[in-house]
Amino acid sequence: MNLQNLFSEIEKVDGEIFDRLAHVSRRSLFSSLTKKTIAVAAPAIMASALTKSYGQSSALPQGVKDVLNFALALEYLEFTFYDYGHNLAMIPNNYKPAFELIRQHEQVHVRLLKSVLGSEAIPMPKFDFSAKGTFMDTFTNFATFSAIAQTFEDTGVRAYKGQAPNLQAAPAILQVALQIHATEAAHAANVRYMRGQKGWITGGTAAMQGLPSVVDGSYKGEENTVQAGVDLASALAGDSRITPAMVMQAFDEPLTKEQVLPLVAPFFA
Amino acid sequence: MENVTNRPETTSSAAASRRSFLRVAGAAAVTGGLLTACSHADESSVTPNGSARAAGPTISLPTGDVGILAFAYVLEQLEAAFYEMVLAKPYPNMSSSDMALWSDIRGHEIIHRALFKAAVGAGTAANVPDLTFNFSSIDFNNRADVLSNAEAFEKTGVGAYNGAGKYIKDAGYLTLAGKIVSVETRHHSILRELQYPYSDAFAGPTIVTSDTGLHLAYEPTFVLPIAQKYINETLDASALVKSLTPA
Repeated sequence: MNLQNLFSEIEKVDGEIFDRLAHVSRRSLFSSLTKKTIAVAAPAIMASALTKSYGQSSALPQGVKDVLNFALALEYLEFTFYDYGHNLAMIPNNYKPAFELIRQHEQVHVRLLKSVLGSEAIPMPKFDFSAKGTFMDTFTNFATFSAIAQTFEDTGVRAYKGQAPNLQAAPAILQVALQIHATEAAHAANVRYMRGQKGWITGGTAAMQGLPSVVDGSYKGEENTVQAGVDLASALAGDSRITPAMVMQAFDEPLTKEQVLPLVAPFFA
Repeated sequence: MENVTNRPETTSSAAASRRSFLRVAGAAAVTGGLLTACSHADESSVTPNGSARAAGPTISLPTGDVGILAFAYVLEQLEAAFYEMVLAKPYPNMSSSDMALWSDIRGHEIIHRALFKAAVGAGTAANVPDLTFNFSSIDFNNRADVLSNAEAFEKTGVGAYNGAGKYIKDAGYLTLAGKIVSVETRHHSILRELQYPYSDAFAGPTIVTSDTGLHLAYEPTFVLPIAQKYINETLDASALVKSLTPA
């Protein structure tokens, strides 16, 4: 994508852009408003990037399309789960604001991804929140509901992370995906905390997260202590402030699409 | 989002300007990104002008991926040093649960710092020495002050990684940054929860936009002056900033 050209294009379309924002210089516009502008205008950014790079959304590279539809499937799953749980009596009042916010985020993630994919977006599938009979009290027992929520969020973080390199050809989309990834991590930490877990993932089993072994796969690999070829547990073994558990916690590991699909498959009807 | 009774903070100015803002947001957002990537003519240095602090040696960040890693190494050094201070001089009556929290986060940041020092060794450590810090603006005896500063550091870190990702060319480095940013986000989420318990502040509208669900992203040029306030050495990121183009 040629950003300089895109810049010129925008000035052609809206020559008054800088007049409208006359109270800020170009530099301060960029430094003070980047977060808000980029976030608020994400669909416009993505649409611009796509149009400029690929013409029509239907001409999106299959790889990018696959990533976005994969993400959309997971967001449909999460949104439907929280939408069903929305204001259920079994959610303690203390936690209702958090779950309501998470529900809203998943809803706008769905909307955002659909807006980018256009006619290429997959339709909403049907779900089974008993996971084929594994969880019989998903929407009547808060312990089950919040455990599933944690698993979805932790897995969502790992799934988005695994897809980041597949989006490098589309930098604007990559940035949006990274921002969604962080939102899922903020959800995950909060849900973990309200369940009495640490906000970060310790170790590679479900049991270590206070979860049933049926969701072991969602945590497999999180016991890793080697990063970029460096065995950090060994390298820091002499530092009394550091434990091997902390080395596992300090990095969230990615999951590939092939690893994620079997984990969420039971929840698809 | 009509019900604001649970909001621990006000977002009124942002909300008030949103309607008119949206009309130009698309163009503004893209130009924001463009300025980052293309408008280097006026980007000579990110060093604050007229700083009263003692001038340290100038450290020039390298270009490209190695420069991004060096940038991350600067931030991880800053975070680790802050949490080392928190626990070197615990505020009065620090609870055992607070102590455990700070120990965990300190550990994670020390580990991140060690990774950048070791993994990118020749490329990064050669360009970025062990930095020294000035945290005199922070009252380490005051839990609320420690908490709010910790939250600010994590927020900056999350935004920095999210904004820098698109400039990373090497897929392995991108994944590595991704492995770290979600942990920084987890820290931030918990610190927000501690500041504003039982609310939606952990990912509320000042953190995650309510109409798109996107977490913070900051350009390096936005982050560096914030970090510089606490760093004795002078960072010169002009070469790095010039070299940045989306992958």
